[in-house]
Amino acid sequence: MSKVGIVLISHSSKIAEGIYELIRQVIQDVPIELAGGTEDNEIGTSIDKIMKAIQKADQGQGVLLFYDIGSAKMNAEMAIEMTESIQAKLIESPLVEGAYMAAVESGMGKKLQDIYDSVKEEFHCENS
Amino acid sequence: MELTIEDTIKWMQLTNDKIQKNKEHLTALDQVIGDSDHGINMARGFQEVMKKLDAATYETVSDVMKDVAMTLMSKVGGAAGPLYGTAFLKLSMSLKDSQKVDESSFAKALEEAVQGIIMRGKANAGEKTMLDVWIPVQDYFSANNVKADELETIAKTAMEQTKELKATKGRASYFKDKSIGHIDPGSASSYYLFTSLAEVIE
Ligand SMILES: Nc1ncnc2c1ncn2[C@@H]1O[C@H](COP(=O)(O)OP(=O)(O)O)[C@@H](O)[C@H]1O
Ligand SMILES: [Mg+2]
Repeated sequence: MSKVGIVLISHSSKIAEGIYELIRQVIQDVPIELAGGTEDNEIGTSIDKIMKAIQKADQGQGVLLFYDIGSAKMNAEMAIEMTESIQAKLIESPLVEGAYMAAVESGMGKKLQDIYDSVKEEFHCENS
Repeated sequence: MELTIEDTIKWMQLTNDKIQKNKEHLTALDQVIGDSDHGINMARGFQEVMKKLDAATYETVSDVMKDVAMTLMSKVGGAAGPLYGTAFLKLSMSLKDSQKVDESSFAKALEEAVQGIIMRGKANAGEKTMLDVWIPVQDYFSANNVKADELETIAKTAMEQTKELKATKGRASYFKDKSIGHIDPGSASSYYLFTSLAEVIE
């Protein structure tokens, strides 16, 4: 059965890889794609990387995006706008815990909106 | 003023020259209130912009600006990438299909670019960001018969005034009161952009 995908966006590729490892230890069957660092793997984020990650993470159930700081959010918003055909949502939760929780819920077969709502509720996020 | 395709390319060329020349300076500004990458980011982005523009031929000013936008978005890396990218995309959309741009169309386009930066970064005037240069420049374009020397002065004064502001948006905001006393890096790069424009319309 296809699952909601997860995209981890961080200024540092190592942060994204670290979270991936942490989640994969418990959840294996949820698509998780990384968009850490710039195109040259320097500190920063890349719209292109985020767009590719969204496309790869989508199994038809949509994708949830998690990010770390500041400009990652702007790049994520632009990447979402530019991949219109895929249902993608950005969450303002803490990156590590939010993504972990979403992966667990996606693994249980929950739908995009339900995961989005429960992560936001858990971390009292503002509406974005 | 009037902006042709050649003028637009020249504008980017002059901006690139200034950014390459002042790369260290931009980075030094970003060092005190950020992560010291603004010079590197902008130098990389504009270098790619020039590569792109040199390799292509253009029929409209808006197509030049669209390529500038797409290149900056994907190559700059920091917050400045999506912000400058959005600004140029809005310029391009507003000036769609123009081969030559007159002053009032440019003023209108600049207004949309500023709205784009605000929409993307959720900042406003007085938060020590590039908007503190873009907004006064846009106001000047909407209210006046644009003169090159005045444009340069407005942009420069606006940049210098960011020194006294406290950053409440972007990475510099983590520095709180410590951000006061230094020119905002994005405002400095925006100054290079507009002083280059002034040179072009002279
Ligand atoms: N939310 C925002 N709105 C408008 N301008 C911003 C915003 N955040 C940052 N900036 C501008 O971007 C500049 C920093 O760019 P840069 O160093 O390339 O990115 P980063 O902050 O990600 O390292 C700042 O000096 C400021 O002018
Ligand atoms: Mg920076």
